[in-house]
Amino acid sequence: MDNMMKYADYSENKALKAQKTAQIMSKFGTYTFLSIMAFIVIVPFYWMLNVSFQSSNEVLNSLNTSLFPKVFSPKNYINVFLYSTAQQGNINFPRYLLNTSIVAVFSTIGGTFFSILVAFALARLNFKGRELIFTILLATMMIPGEMMVISNYITVSRLGWVNDPGIGSYLAMIIPFLVSIFHIYLLRQTFKQIPNELYYAAKVDGCKDYKYLWSVMVPIAKSSIVTIIILKLMGAWNAYIWPDIVANEQFKLVTTWLRSSFTDQAETGSGRVLINYQMAATVIVTVPLLLLFIFFRKYIMSGISRSGVKG
Amino acid sequence: MLEYKKDYKAWLYMAIPLFLLSVFTFYPLIKTILISLFSQYNAIDDSFGQFFDFAAYQTIFGDKNFINAIGNTLILVFVSVPVSTVLALLIAVALNSIKPLQKIFQTIFFVPYVTNTLAIGMVFSVMFSHPLTQGIMAEGLINTLFQTSIDWVGVTATRNNWMFVVLIYSIWSGLPFKILVFIGGLQSISKQYYDAAKVDSTPKRRVLTHITIPLLSPLISYILITSFIGAFKAYESVLAVAGTTGRTLDRNRWTAVAYVYDKIGLSGMDSNYVSYYSRGAAAAVMLFIIILIFTAINLYVSKKRVHY
Repeated sequence: MDNMMKYADYSENKALKAQKTAQIMSKFGTYTFLSIMAFIVIVPFYWMLNVSFQSSNEVLNSLNTSLFPKVFSPKNYINVFLYSTAQQGNINFPRYLLNTSIVAVFSTIGGTFFSILVAFALARLNFKGRELIFTILLATMMIPGEMMVISNYITVSRLGWVNDPGIGSYLAMIIPFLVSIFHIYLLRQTFKQIPNELYYAAKVDGCKDYKYLWSVMVPIAKSSIVTIIILKLMGAWNAYIWPDIVANEQFKLVTTWLRSSFTDQAETGSGRVLINYQMAATVIVTVPLLLLFIFFRKYIMSGISRSGVKG
Repeated sequence: MLEYKKDYKAWLYMAIPLFLLSVFTFYPLIKTILISLFSQYNAIDDSFGQFFDFAAYQTIFGDKNFINAIGNTLILVFVSVPVSTVLALLIAVALNSIKPLQKIFQTIFFVPYVTNTLAIGMVFSVMFSHPLTQGIMAEGLINTLFQTSIDWVGVTATRNNWMFVVLIYSIWSGLPFKILVFIGGLQSISKQYYDAAKVDSTPKRRVLTHITIPLLSPLISYILITSFIGAFKAYESVLAVAGTTGRTLDRNRWTAVAYVYDKIGLSGMDSNYVSYYSRGAAAAVMLFIIILIFTAINLYVSKKRVHY
């Protein structure tokens, strides 16, 4: 009897132990998997920094790239800042940055403002054809932008904006993409959630629609609006192909600068590509986005996931 | 009468944005279709010419570059989307099952989303570099690590090689959005299901295939549809990884969208008297039709398979 008890106790213990080891093993497996994937995600960022700090001599004259810069050369960042070539209109990074900022500011302010107006009309006002407009907008949201690109190029070039050495270049980059249907949709969904009672109460108090929108709805929908602003800013910062096609040399954006060749002219004159400069440029373009992400993490993540769940 | 007054006000709110949308979204949509059908469209004076036919479509289907571009696009779509979706699902499930370090991992996995497609694509190009990639340079990370000397993305790279790098990059950059959406979905699944499974001591794999995936299926279908559409429009990623400076990309490496963009600014006609713009427009319309068909198939399949 006593023996039997001991035996049962022992076997139970063994089963428990096996279960525990299995649990630990699976946890271990999970963490290993996640660590490997996280490592793969991080490697390109490390490589970008590594190459950006290598000296030109190392980049040009070694057979293999080393895992650490042999000579730490932060000077690359200053050189790349002032780099300019005749083919690209002799403009350097500060000018590219100015162009991008102008495009970003105007398209963000204009785009957000118009999205708010349309979303308000679609969510709150009653008018004939509201459903029709909303359906048309939804249907167009699915259509790839590449369908419009050829006709839009013809339109902006007939307006005289293509390769215009003046304000036209900015207009060509800002106007065609100013109003985003997706942002209208996102905001309309948020506006819809604001109870009607609030609107009627404001009406009774003699509040005009316009005032109601700006002093009641916009503050309530603040987080969606911040999300839209961030998406717009990111869009302007990352825009490449269209701006590169339509803008005059003097008006190109930082992404065009990023794609410039950064060839070695001063040092050996052989026209070889200085990838350390290229990577320094990449870091300069990437860091502002990472900062934006750090400060507005909550808004970016909620905006993205909301657009996901709603779909 | 009061109703009318209100109507007019609502339209006032939308006047400028709707005008801009009409000029730069609705009108070009119709115009692109028309340009593709008037095969002698002249971009300089914006005249459609007198031939209303399918010549532009015939030309692009006889054009080696277009067929090749469609082929490249299809490879990209059908490899990168499934692989990154499965990986994202696994990562999301793994992330959801741990407590310590969860936030840190989540942040790391999300970082690629807020980076510039072009910039990180160039980093991939440098990682896979070879002495022939851009002028003469050192072997990159991959060749150094594996003691090889393969031209992955340079001028002499084979299709398999550059496609491999583009695929890795597409999967890498497609992960964060998917992971984020899946984690949101996983967190909204009620714990009851898992508790019930625990009581029945259901094996983990069965929990994944019989509880998690069915309950996530609406999101999986959403992710598949949006990423298929996104992958069909790939151009910048290929340009960044396998292009040389500026917007120059080898013809053999074109995607469907690259073919469309290549025709912008070419205002003449080819040897068959089909204008380049009509060819570009026809390619854009074809791309749209392909996307439409795939989205329809996707929706049809998800209607049958998705558990709401």
